[in-house]
Amino acid sequence: MLNKADIGKVFPLVTANVEKGRLRFFAKATDEKNPIYTDEAAAKEAGYASLPMPPTFLFSLKMDVLDPFKNYESVGAFLPTMLHGNQQFKYYKDVVAGDCLTFKSHIADIYDKKGGKLEFLVEETKVTNQYKEHVADMITTLVIRN
Amino acid sequence: MITYDSINIGDELPVLHTKKISRTTLALFAGASGDHNPIHIDIDFAKQCGLDDVFAQGMLSMAYLTRLLTGWVPQQSIKDLSVRFTSITELYAEITCSGSVKEKYQKEGKNILSVLIEAKDQNGDIKIVGSAEIEIA
Repeated sequence: MLNKADIGKVFPLVTANVEKGRLRFFAKATDEKNPIYTDEAAAKEAGYASLPMPPTFLFSLKMDVLDPFKNYESVGAFLPTMLHGNQQFKYYKDVVAGDCLTFKSHIADIYDKKGGKLEFLVEETKVTNQYKEHVADMITTLVIRN
Repeated sequence: MITYDSINIGDELPVLHTKKISRTTLALFAGASGDHNPIHIDIDFAKQCGLDDVFAQGMLSMAYLTRLLTGWVPQQSIKDLSVRFTSITELYAEITCSGSVKEKYQKEGKNILSVLIEAKDQNGDIKIVGSAEIEIA
């Protein structure tokens, strides 16, 4: 069970490097054939300083820690009953290979439906780069089936 | 090259068909995405959870849906991307991504297209619905 008292709880910062190898692997895994995502020369020709980070890869970098589900477990949300309900990204600046991103997350809301059978955990994450520029926001809603 | 003036409300984005999701697809995406949740890669764990088999990562289908957009406009144009995962994507699903322009408007001197997007499987079952805000010249 979730506890509404955890609304506002701030999770430990996550810092992750945007690495070319990982971006190429992600392109392969998502069947992305556009060369700007794998070939630095093509990326530069398209106006990027290096390989651009695909839009949803932010979600991956945020999990780039030893135990990415620990934060959720600490507030009573466990994997076997957890589903990804909603995902939103807002983008303010380009992110390319070589950047280093910091993810600052907090619990924005907790609510339930169907008399507690479904619980919802809303996590908001502010993403900044190595120049302390605000590059993106992420809003994740997890659904816990009780 | 897509421009604000060349786009009309109701215009459809070029449809994206993806190949059948295999166990290899799920394993590669687990590694590449960093989502190591065993429910997507380990049938024993899935069975312990009361399921018959593993199922696809929601973010895999969202990545496909994002390719629909980046195949249409440069990714720098995407300012907001918001989706709801409506049902689980099964192993062996073939995902089709489609989208259409819902609105076009100007905000703070910028040209914005609001696009509705969705991912369906081969049976027409909707897996993801959402929207994107595209800023365009």
